[in-house]
Amino acid sequence: MLNPINLAFKNAKKENRPALLTYTVAGDSSKKQSLEILKAISNYADILEVGVPHNTPVADGGQIQTSAYRAIKNGIKMNDIFKIVSEYKKSKNSKPVIFMGYYNMIFQYGENNFLKECKKSGVNGLIVVDLPWPENKIFSKKCKKNSINFIQLLSPTTSNKRLKSITRDSHDMIYYISMLSTTGGKLKVSPKKILANYNKIKKVSSKKNCVIGFGITEKTISNFKKTDGLVVGSQICKEITRSLNNRQNPVINVSKMVNKLKKKIS
Amino acid sequence: MKLKKGIPVIDQGDRLGFWGGKFGGNFVPETLKKPIEDLEIQFNRLKNDKSFIKERDRHFNNWIGTPTRFIKLNNLTRHIGGAQIWSKVVSDANGGAHKIYNATVHCLLAKRSGKKVIIGDTGAGYAGKMLSMAAKKFGLKCKIFMGAKDIKRQQPNVKAMKKNGADVIPVYSGSQTLVDAVSECMRFWVANCDTTAMCVGSTVGPAVFVRICGWSTSQISRELKVQLINEFGEVPKKLKLYNCVGGGSSSFGFWNEFMDYNKKQVEFIGIEAGGPSQSKKHAAPLTYGSKIGILHGAAQYVNQNSDGQIEETESISAGLDYPGVSPLHCFLKDTQRARYTAASDEEALKAYQIVTKYENLRPSLEPSHAFSVAIKEAKKLSKDTIVIVNSCGDAYKDRGILEKKLGKKYVKSN
Repeated sequence: MLNPINLAFKNAKKENRPALLTYTVAGDSSKKQSLEILKAISNYADILEVGVPHNTPVADGGQIQTSAYRAIKNGIKMNDIFKIVSEYKKSKNSKPVIFMGYYNMIFQYGENNFLKECKKSGVNGLIVVDLPWPENKIFSKKCKKNSINFIQLLSPTTSNKRLKSITRDSHDMIYYISMLSTTGGKLKVSPKKILANYNKIKKVSSKKNCVIGFGITEKTISNFKKTDGLVVGSQICKEITRSLNNRQNPVINVSKMVNKLKKKIS
Repeated sequence: MKLKKGIPVIDQGDRLGFWGGKFGGNFVPETLKKPIEDLEIQFNRLKNDKSFIKERDRHFNNWIGTPTRFIKLNNLTRHIGGAQIWSKVVSDANGGAHKIYNATVHCLLAKRSGKKVIIGDTGAGYAGKMLSMAAKKFGLKCKIFMGAKDIKRQQPNVKAMKKNGADVIPVYSGSQTLVDAVSECMRFWVANCDTTAMCVGSTVGPAVFVRICGWSTSQISRELKVQLINEFGEVPKKLKLYNCVGGGSSSFGFWNEFMDYNKKQVEFIGIEAGGPSQSKKHAAPLTYGSKIGILHGAAQYVNQNSDGQIEETESISAGLDYPGVSPLHCFLKDTQRARYTAASDEEALKAYQIVTKYENLRPSLEPSHAFSVAIKEAKKLSKDTIVIVNSCGDAYKDRGILEKKLGKKYVKSN
């Protein structure tokens, strides 16, 4: 049986489009609302990245930091995040869920306990921003044993030698960081160059699904139609902040935005 | 866990950069792997390169000014009436603190690798001030990240940075102190690592930064060893080295040359910031048994909640106000080579008053923490015991706080 993440990519390919991955922070702006957002965007997105908020994020720009601080301020705890996912997974249109966060949260929970809870609540994959290869070798093996996708990251600074080793050790999905930037940066590299790097990765590892993230927005997304998948994060977090500031409902606004994103790549 | 003899502590990490198998490492985003690896290769080559060491020593001698004084505090010794109290006056160094050593070395490395811009974090403002001085000297552009709260409380150093032509970038996230400044600096590096060199202001961060900083500040103990032998004809039989510990750069440098001595002969005492005596918040992860966690790319003892969120700290001293501590100190604690304790805000202020009353020395709030414990313990020690406190910063930067806490007259008279 195909695992749910691979299945999502396969379904998108059938429709001749990249898979759409969204990123929202668990608990932003509240536990209840972040669950509602997940449910609402499931109508348009293929895979949901759920950010595990951390208060010293070394790779996140302003928008995601704002979302994370808001969630933490509102009292979100690791156990609440697992609860949000398991509630979400009960909804009828649920999509694969990937946690994205920093290693200290996993380390404090205990790697084994963390994976047990992931499995129990229905988390399908993990992106650990500050656990690069080869430091992640042992943990990624543990993930595999538990049928959880450990998603390796690649960046424009990754050497060819590393690229080969990392893709060899990766599971079903790879995440390519489009440019030298924290999340939420403006796309400062031409799409052509990003796609050239993307194709280089696909050449080395053709069978694995490779998504592109960082700098992907309503404005830029249609440049990347011929890829396996695309991640939009900061723009969504920004929309939540904007909605809250204007006393509008973030659930409706975010779901409208994700719908638009989907249309642009369909 | 064991400390090895005959090998510099900075080189005792394993293949992945862990000391004692669990402190340090490289918990960084993929984007930083390459620039960190490049820096590692460069540093490993140059630290044994005779021409580079000659160049470093030339700048240390002629520009920073070596050696800094090693003086006996006669009046204080008489007043306390126990061990002999001495001080290594590292605040003599150009710029007024030990941070100049690390800043200089990072600028030399940046120059050699062809980088045009150097960025750094700062808490008390010393790391930033020194980096701006060194950047100016070596013709590099400089950006300093500093918490908005620290900008307010350490104005003299902020002015100095600006005068040296550095951009001071205020950081408003989180607690608006050093921890957030380091995060923001690392984020900037993630986005600009192709053109920009990063200097981490203490023995913290990914392993290579811990090593470069420790290698640089070790100048302090190299000088001290020579000065001890000149003064006493040998390294004294009972020697105690007191130093404040925030990130841990000055203390590591103050101790490094004496690492292989038996601790009964040369004891290391690290003093962390205990915060206000009425507050539960502190910046003393080693003293108060904080758990191991990951902060700024390295595993270390760090103040955090059960989920792994980093906790806010509180200290009168911006330079010690950091929730984590160098992996090197975690290693020295667990191997029991060094002993760690804390002094409160009030104790540090009191020590500042005592030292300035009896001596022509004006330690900043950071070393005042160390003086507090040294004075307390010296009372009970024999007259042939040599107590040395590293006075690693000058109180000029603290005048605003001292004026507020102790009164205008007091500050002026010193």
